[in-house]
Amino acid sequence: MQALYAQLLVGLINGSFYALLSLGLAVIFGMLNIINFAHGALYMMGAFTAYFLLHLTGMGYWWALIIAPIAVGIFGMILERTMLQWLTGLDHLYGLLLTFGIALIVQGVFQNYFGSSGLPYAIPDYPQIGDCSPNAPQDAICRRGLQGGINLGFMFLPVYRGWVVIFSLVVCLATWFLIEKTRLGAYLRAATENPTLVRAFGINVPRMITLTYGLGVGLAALAGVLSAPINQVRPLMGADLIIVVFAVVVIGGMGSIMGSIITGFALGVIEGLTKYFYPEASNTVVFVLMVLVLLVKPTGLTGRAA
Amino acid sequence: MKHRISALFLGTALALAAGSGAMAQDKTVKIGVLTDNSGLYSDLGGAGSTLAAQMAMEDSGLAAKGWKIDVVSADHQNKPDIATTIARQWIDVEKVDIFMDVLNSGVALAVNNLVKEKNAIMINTGAATSDLTNAQCSPNTIHWVYDTYMLANSTGQALVKAGGDTWYFLTADYAFGHALERDTTAVVVKSGGKVIGGVKHPLNSSDFSSFLLQAQASKAKIIGMANAGGDTTNTIKQAAEFGIVAGGQKLAGLLLFITDVHSLGLKVAQGLNFTETFYWDLNDGTRAFSKRFSERMKNKAMPSMVQAGVYSGLIHYFKTLDAMGGNPHDGTKVVAKMKELPTDDALFGKGTIRADGRKIHPAYLFEVKKPAESKGPWDYYKLIGTTPGEQAFRPLSESACPLVKK
Repeated sequence: MQALYAQLLVGLINGSFYALLSLGLAVIFGMLNIINFAHGALYMMGAFTAYFLLHLTGMGYWWALIIAPIAVGIFGMILERTMLQWLTGLDHLYGLLLTFGIALIVQGVFQNYFGSSGLPYAIPDYPQIGDCSPNAPQDAICRRGLQGGINLGFMFLPVYRGWVVIFSLVVCLATWFLIEKTRLGAYLRAATENPTLVRAFGINVPRMITLTYGLGVGLAALAGVLSAPINQVRPLMGADLIIVVFAVVVIGGMGSIMGSIITGFALGVIEGLTKYFYPEASNTVVFVLMVLVLLVKPTGLTGRAA
Repeated sequence: MKHRISALFLGTALALAAGSGAMAQDKTVKIGVLTDNSGLYSDLGGAGSTLAAQMAMEDSGLAAKGWKIDVVSADHQNKPDIATTIARQWIDVEKVDIFMDVLNSGVALAVNNLVKEKNAIMINTGAATSDLTNAQCSPNTIHWVYDTYMLANSTGQALVKAGGDTWYFLTADYAFGHALERDTTAVVVKSGGKVIGGVKHPLNSSDFSSFLLQAQASKAKIIGMANAGGDTTNTIKQAAEFGIVAGGQKLAGLLLFITDVHSLGLKVAQGLNFTETFYWDLNDGTRAFSKRFSERMKNKAMPSMVQAGVYSGLIHYFKTLDAMGGNPHDGTKVVAKMKELPTDDALFGKGTIRADGRKIHPAYLFEVKKPAESKGPWDYYKLIGTTPGEQAFRPLSESACPLVKK
């Protein structure tokens, strides 16, 4: 029974990556109508940015959490301005193919330079709380950043993983709030419904679209930074994840913000349980679920009919 | 008189025939490096294997003797069906004589069958499964660098002897993982240990926390990682995170490459024990080759044992062809000759190739250095034991290979 609780918690942790990534996808699809297949590559770029910041400039994890999403977000906005904006009004398929191509190129370039087995990125050991000096007394309390773990009785929870769950939840809810509850979000939603009308109110719709894409990309990069200390920083880290994340978005309902957050966490848990009961199926369980959901409700669990 | 004239004629004719035969001796070779150029094993094989093949070609000195050698390379994407399609095309259309690298056990077993059917040659330096020289052995295949039996034998035995008598396996769910788990289990049981559980995970998983929690709950003293490449590095990294080693359990890397240690960093990898048959810093010969190799690699990487094996295997192949005076394009014939000749190169030292296709050389037990002990990039291993070749691999008496029984 204890092991089961542990699996639930671990599932929740993985779910937070699914949620962050699928949230970005949902935002981009909901606002731009683009199926952003480059999302995995941008997630990977986030992790690499964190790595470069640490090894080239000495800026650690906490800086990376802020700088990487902005840097990759700007890269995303350049992509949108130079390529994606020309696809407005065309079929989804064009966006899908273009972004898929971009993903292949970006991954190829990184793989060419950094190989496939990845680069190390350590869990942050700063700030240090308590007495962490080498000659501290044995019983002195020392907490090095997010390193170490807490014994919960039924499992040993790495502090870093706990942090990932809480941090992603906050980011997810903040994004949901921004889009569903604020004036800016209202403009955005209106702009996707009827761009001409919104433009008539003097709002710069193309700029808003660009910023939205930047936001979605930033979320992917943020997930990349969060994952860097857990997984190796690898060129294919996004490629491995993106298909699952797409399944999450489809199950949750394309474009539904809350749907993708909830489904992200839920699928992480279901996957964790599969790893416990029947590990061989853990890579496919998400797709089995996707098929079942699509059979019963083609718009996804919380999706609106197009 | 009449007799003598006819004898002269006959003699001349025979000499001419023999001469034209020698003239017709073909001096062309085509080498196919079939490897993972883009996936999770591409650092330990991939472009480095192709480079090693080119270096072997340059160092063989055959070009100066009028040989024409080509190296081609392809990405099998770790999929046996793609690999066999490429292999078929290579043999039938491009007339490839010899397959090098062919990492991934699933791929290797599939290509093994095809190579035998088409009478080509495979020198396998990348796949681990010991079946290649056991039940599935072939007169066309040589298994060069290492195999699951040897890894299990060397690392498994050492760990049980050191007190690690209960084991739990994390196993990659395909031919290689199954073979490695099977062979290690046999060694553990034989040495007096016990396997108390295991979990099979899909190939290329990025998250191992669930599996590690199960391993932790099993309370086994040793967690054996019957996986490779990115799967192993992620397992090690996440095990550190969950405090598994700090909690008293020991991780056993049954198959770990220097590229994995490089990507993990010494901070995480320090103290791991595992077996390899090649390390760049073993002696002057390995250092000289590795330095030349690393200078030509894009990321300045040192060669893995798989890549070193490609070089060593080809050097022996070229030597054999040279001794034969030409390329008969006959797989079984060349392999038989390769088995006759003793092997000797700067990387693996002196060795032999057994009747079952097993290349014999010593195996080394290494421990990963602590960050403070390492003097620079790629200075990672401490040698803690050497097993002589005859003891490292499966003895012929235990072999199920039909080539041996005859």
